[in-house]
Amino acid sequence: MQVTVLVCEDDFDVGAETEALRGTGVGAIASFTGIVRDTDGTGPSQHLIALTLEHYPQMTETEITRIVAEAGERWPLAAVRVIHRVGRLAPQENIVFVGTASAHRDAAFESAAFIMDYLKTKAPFWKKEETQEGAHWVDARLSDDEALEKWKRR
Amino acid sequence: MKILYFAWMREHTGCAAEQITLPENVKTVSELASYLGSLSAGHQTALRNLKTVRVAINRKYASLESPVRADDEVAFFPPVTGG
Repeated sequence: MQVTVLVCEDDFDVGAETEALRGTGVGAIASFTGIVRDTDGTGPSQHLIALTLEHYPQMTETEITRIVAEAGERWPLAAVRVIHRVGRLAPQENIVFVGTASAHRDAAFESAAFIMDYLKTKAPFWKKEETQEGAHWVDARLSDDEALEKWKRR
Repeated sequence: MKILYFAWMREHTGCAAEQITLPENVKTVSELASYLGSLSAGHQTALRNLKTVRVAINRKYASLESPVRADDEVAFFPPVTGG
């Protein structure tokens, strides 16, 4: 399995990242791109000015690599690319890319969802939102923890 | 021992990282958190509710009962919100 994990401030090109997943034996590529929303989630009136992502250097890469390795044990994957941005991001900017390549679609689809669910609850990133009313740290969501449960039942 | 704080915990303690000498009677993460909480009012606020705090020892998730050693890097942080 070819694995690329990148945590950086720079933007990425979704097309180029998806293309990079092509290879021998690959019959399916699935990808997820996370984008900064315009609102802070409390309602359309709370216009988001920016989102700042903080992380724990080294542990972030280690955790993501561990999650990807676990996906590699559950599905027959040819390649996985994960890119997560940090720093200050404006609405509509890319935050995260997860791409998986396999011989068949089920493995590609499911492993991409698995990696995203684990990344959201295990990779040490924290979001701070800036709105007209000031800045606040985003609270962790119970629904993200619940998303993990479905993978444990399988 | 190196201690790290992230997100709102860092804002409360006023520092992202600090070097401490591990007191001899501190053997676990839980005891370490109590000790750190005594360092300043900000530390106390950051560490007052350990149920909402996550811990990593040498960049691996740990629990409140995990043992700590003088050469460990211990990080305290809120539940993560990436992705």
